[in-house]
Amino acid sequence: MAGQQRVYRQRIKSTQSLKKIFRAMELMAASRISKARARVTAASPYSRAITQAVSAVATHADIDHPLTTERHDTQRVAVLLVTSDRGMAGAYSASVIREGERLIEQLTAEGKEIALYVTGRRAVSYFTFRHREIVAQWTGASDAPTVETADEISETLLEAFLADASEGGVGELHVVYTQFVNMVTQTPRVIRMLPLEVVEGVATEHDAVPLYEFEPSPEVVLDSLLPRYIQSRIFSCLLQAAASELASRQRAMHTATENAEDLIRMYTRLANQARQAEITQEISEIVSGADALAASS
Amino acid sequence: MAHLEVDLVAADRKVWSGEARMVSAPAADGEIGILPGHAPVLAVLHPGAVRITPTDGSVRHVEVGSGFLSVDDDRVTVVVDSAQDGAGAASTR
Repeated sequence: MAGQQRVYRQRIKSTQSLKKIFRAMELMAASRISKARARVTAASPYSRAITQAVSAVATHADIDHPLTTERHDTQRVAVLLVTSDRGMAGAYSASVIREGERLIEQLTAEGKEIALYVTGRRAVSYFTFRHREIVAQWTGASDAPTVETADEISETLLEAFLADASEGGVGELHVVYTQFVNMVTQTPRVIRMLPLEVVEGVATEHDAVPLYEFEPSPEVVLDSLLPRYIQSRIFSCLLQAAASELASRQRAMHTATENAEDLIRMYTRLANQARQAEITQEISEIVSGADALAASS
Repeated sequence: MAHLEVDLVAADRKVWSGEARMVSAPAADGEIGILPGHAPVLAVLHPGAVRITPTDGSVRHVEVGSGFLSVDDDRVTVVVDSAQDGAGAASTR
């Protein structure tokens, strides 16, 4: 009977140490998330300036650039999936991957061929386990993406977009990432990034858009502007995804801590019950033993 | 006196913003200098040094990577890949 008690005590102890780990991870995520959100805010002036410049060029020059034109010579489309490197973030990676699978299914139904580009070890292991081909992958910094990573990703994707159909060029680029709405809401989103759709109505805040001079020429300016625009969009996707990942992790770890507390409470009750039962049994054994002795004498 | 509203932003942060008398930057065809009242321009920048002369204080040198510069109604926006503060001024990180 003492065995029963010991088992409960062991479980309480191991749940307590688990709880400590969960708590530590929750606090870590909480401290990193403010940093991640600060990075989102810090990067926004850059993307705003670029968006403004792109729409300025769009309203002034006749845009005829490879990045803005639809390609019909290839059925290949690129899909970039942004997931996390580590788990322990609830349904974060799973829901991005589910959204990605839905997109892939839809594109396949349209007769397109998918070229997969992924960031984050979770997606890499998901697709390699299923023997699906990954064209390129980036791992190791999903919760603190750098500009260099975004550069590398956008360069690779732009190269693929501008390549010939025979060399594996792609006709479209879709990005699946998690948008950080606020601390409690993060939604997986799909955006079509290439070919670019230039929205001309953006410049409404300036009533009369000034007539820009282009230095050295509109074509060259556009040439340098559009890849930068893509890069900044990808960077902002990565930053949003990182903030979402940390928020999901914090929430998941918070729930885990609470569940561990529940378990500890339950096991403590069971252990107390077992102890009480043991005592009761011992008393009744002693009493009945004494009764038997008294009866025999 | 007229002045320029300057924003210098790098990919991951805002480097400098404020009022200035003059901005000069390494444009594709050579150094470009912006004074108040400049015509709207959108220029490609090469890596080099951006010099900002604030309305108060001394000239700031910032080493920048490639990027572009837009001028519009005395608002100057310098957008670069990377920026490194030079000449003593503390980074506004």
